[in-house]
Amino acid sequence: MLGFMIQRLLQALVVMLVISALVFIGVYAVGNPIDVLISPDATQAIREAAIKAYGLDQPLWKQYLDFLARLVRGDFGRSFIYNMPVLDLIASRIPATLELTLVAVLGATFLGVPLGMYAGYRPDSVLAKIIMTVSIFGFSVPTFWIGLVLIFTFAVQLGWLPAGNRGDTATLFGVEWSLLTANGWKHLLLPALNLSLFKFAMMVRLARAGTRETMLTDTVRFARAAGESEFTILRRHVLRLIAIPIVTVFGLEFGSTMAFAVVTETIFSWPGVGKLIIDSISSLDRPVMVAYLMLVAFFFIIINLLVDLSYAALDPRLRTRRAT
Amino acid sequence: MSATTPLARFWDDFRANTLAVIALGVVIAIVLIALAAPLIAPQNPYDLATLVLTDARRPPGFVGSKGFTHWLGTDAQGRDLLSAILYGLRISIQIGILAGVIAFGIGATLGTFAAYFGGRIEALIMRIIDLQLSFPAILLALVLAALLGQGKGPLIAALVTAQYAYFARTAHGAASAERSKDYVEAALSTPLSPRRVVFRHILPNCMPPLIVVATVQIANSIALEATLSFLGLGLPVSEPSLGMLIANGFQYMLSGRYWISIYPGVALIILIVAINLVGDQIRDQLNPRLRR
Repeated sequence: MLGFMIQRLLQALVVMLVISALVFIGVYAVGNPIDVLISPDATQAIREAAIKAYGLDQPLWKQYLDFLARLVRGDFGRSFIYNMPVLDLIASRIPATLELTLVAVLGATFLGVPLGMYAGYRPDSVLAKIIMTVSIFGFSVPTFWIGLVLIFTFAVQLGWLPAGNRGDTATLFGVEWSLLTANGWKHLLLPALNLSLFKFAMMVRLARAGTRETMLTDTVRFARAAGESEFTILRRHVLRLIAIPIVTVFGLEFGSTMAFAVVTETIFSWPGVGKLIIDSISSLDRPVMVAYLMLVAFFFIIINLLVDLSYAALDPRLRTRRAT
Repeated sequence: MSATTPLARFWDDFRANTLAVIALGVVIAIVLIALAAPLIAPQNPYDLATLVLTDARRPPGFVGSKGFTHWLGTDAQGRDLLSAILYGLRISIQIGILAGVIAFGIGATLGTFAAYFGGRIEALIMRIIDLQLSFPAILLALVLAALLGQGKGPLIAALVTAQYAYFARTAHGAASAERSKDYVEAALSTPLSPRRVVFRHILPNCMPPLIVVATVQIANSIALEATLSFLGLGLPVSEPSLGMLIANGFQYMLSGRYWISIYPGVALIILIVAINLVGDQIRDQLNPRLRR
């Protein structure tokens, strides 16, 4: 297990290096690097001072090493628009995205898996057909359009829920959370629903396919012969057997949900990282873009690593084979 | 019924699924309507001279100052929404197919060559592709669209970059299976160039799974284009695609003028769902595990 972990960690490090090189080439070498470092309306003197200070007169390989050194120190420069260190800016927006994504993915999993298992257990029932229709809908319809329909229905027409912003927040561990206030929950509900629909559809499909296959196996036949109740069989045997793909998707989708939050956050003016990146793209705030790219890459590598490791924990066969 | 050619047999199987046949009909109808948009649309939505500002944001069924009925209402510039949707469909389909075809070409070539050469080259290409697949396509497209700027070319480049990896992986899987078959060995023992063996012998046999991926990816790139345009990173405002129309109507939705955003969205969804249904049926037919 330890050897496997070390091997994976080293792989992740290599990938991170490759990505940093790509970002470096993409933004620093192809574009004019000085645009990323200082505001476009700086004077000529400041420009030249910055070119010297950042070593842009140095050869390319040395510039790349400097870039890496700054990354390791967490120095991404300052945002032109907000005039604060980029890392602090992004960090201040992460809680909003995190709570939105958490609620969406957890909701999608805890609703989607049982419903999908039911749809796989009784595929011909009316409820199963309704579940599957909803999931096909959730799969095909673009997220941003569902967001619009949700706002129109629940915020404009019915007036039950607010159409945007985080609402009241409460502070825990020095961070503001909407999750801790009733008003915050009211604001969170629509964006979370919007973001979770696609994942819900995916979880339903996965759980249904897994359950249909597993119900035909000898495991279930023996469990029935042993007199276990159907519910126990579903919970103890089927759920455990379909857990691996679900955990994988949970991990991978958690990342892509945070990415998709870009769309949801824009529609609902949710002040998270996604809204920040859209704003910084439209205002050409390039330090924020670079930092966002690197952080997202880092984040995805961590997620892939965790999924690999939890695979090994869930499936002993994988663990022993890889370790040897 | 005994059909003779493989294609006829395929069609016989396809016909058995009524829903898929309807979906195919819908796709064909939408494509035809989009192609004929300049002929059947009541108004040319890009010709600013024909727009009347006093007709702006009128509800569906409003009879405009030009004397014809706006069946789906008008948008903020006084554009007839039905015409705008027809022209928008045209752009969305055009972008979707172009991006899909280019991604198909690049991805299938990369994947097949990787499988053909094997060894280090294969390991390197597939490693990069796996890596890329672990990042969400929307994020890649978003970043590229932002870096490359607005316009059709950059948008298609962004969509292709976000999607070619799916084709590459599918082609690689299929081609690896074909690579070890006798007919490929036979072809290689003749003095044919590797390129000819890859393109004329291996690739045609990898087509079925690639076609399935292509239908799904065309639907995806249409949805992705709409999303990017909605976020303001897609096409310029002068040629509104469906996503842009929806984005333009968003601000009026809060005051209850739902039609500007809702109807282009409905058109988009009908198109995407229909393509997906056709793709599902083709996938089921080509899946050997579901063959009776």
